[in-house]
Amino acid sequence: MPRTVVPWEFKPKLLVKAEDKTNPRYGCKPEERPAEEYIKYGVINLDKPAGPTSHEVAAWVKRILNLQRIGHGGTLEA
Amino acid sequence: MTGVLPITLEESRKIVQALLSSGKEYVCVMKLHGDATEEQVKKVSKEFEDTIYQRPPLRASVKRGLRTRTIYYLDFLEKDGRNVLFKVGCEGGTYIRKLCHDIGEVLGCGAHMQELRRTRAGPFVENRNMVTLHDVAYWFMEWQQQKDEKILRKFIQPMETALTLVPKIYIRDSAVDAICHGANLTAPGVLSLETGISKGSMVAVFTLKGEIVALAKAGASTEEILNMEHGVVGKTRRVLMRRGTYPKCWRSGET
Repeated sequence: MPRTVVPWEFKPKLLVKAEDKTNPRYGCKPEERPAEEYIKYGVINLDKPAGPTSHEVAAWVKRILNLQRIGHGGTLEA
Repeated sequence: MTGVLPITLEESRKIVQALLSSGKEYVCVMKLHGDATEEQVKKVSKEFEDTIYQRPPLRASVKRGLRTRTIYYLDFLEKDGRNVLFKVGCEGGTYIRKLCHDIGEVLGCGAHMQELRRTRAGPFVENRNMVTLHDVAYWFMEWQQQKDEKILRKFIQPMETALTLVPKIYIRDSAVDAICHGANLTAPGVLSLETGISKGSMVAVFTLKGEIVALAKAGASTEEILNMEHGVVGKTRRVLMRRGTYPKCWRSGET
């Protein structure tokens, strides 16, 4: 039985359709966002501890970072 | 249950959907209810490397209808008495508790999930940039005192990192603001795109600076888009970028 292609092993190629430049006056590279924005548009790769639920852990992070809203990708439940 | 749990802050919550549907990898301890040989366990494990039917368990956060999920690999690692250690790569939404139960049924002796650790969620893996709650609390306090952005980067990553595995379309500056206002992406705005896009699949619309603009539903495949001169390439689903970040380059339809 051949293995199905594992999504994280797929290496896409970039194909060019047209050429253009980007104006440095607008926007910025993700890693150069000012601190407040960097947090607002950020994600954390968290090591969930055993015990609390994913929702509880997310709520803790929210409180630690003093944020209004938070979400988590993929509930990791008992 | 421990391991990789991506946390999306404020605005980046909108990409959660992309993470939920992305592939996962787990390391699991399964407890057998009777005796089985290593060969039997190995053989049965391999039978599950396929598209399988699963009904979510009683305690689940989704509708309990029968659904299919793909197991990319199920690698036997170790067996100690009735404890079996294995690694599994699977589609998002696969219940490992259920998988263990079903492996037990096929073995004939029954089994349950004893211990589970997630080692991957989409592009996030446990040996790259993973932090604990303590790290988060510590680094955040450090940052508040020193205001050095390098500290933030130690535990927070730009949301674009979470979209590494979603096929991307790079667009012109002039197309950005219209999409921020909810317009669909049309062919003339496209500069380059990745292979692997099929009609109806999720795509990430990026600027040339590498910023995410929006998540969209592809209107055509990579090959088709490459040859399109007009028409809708992506139906905007989730806008991530704030309006007005790029200049408005479109005219409202005044008559």
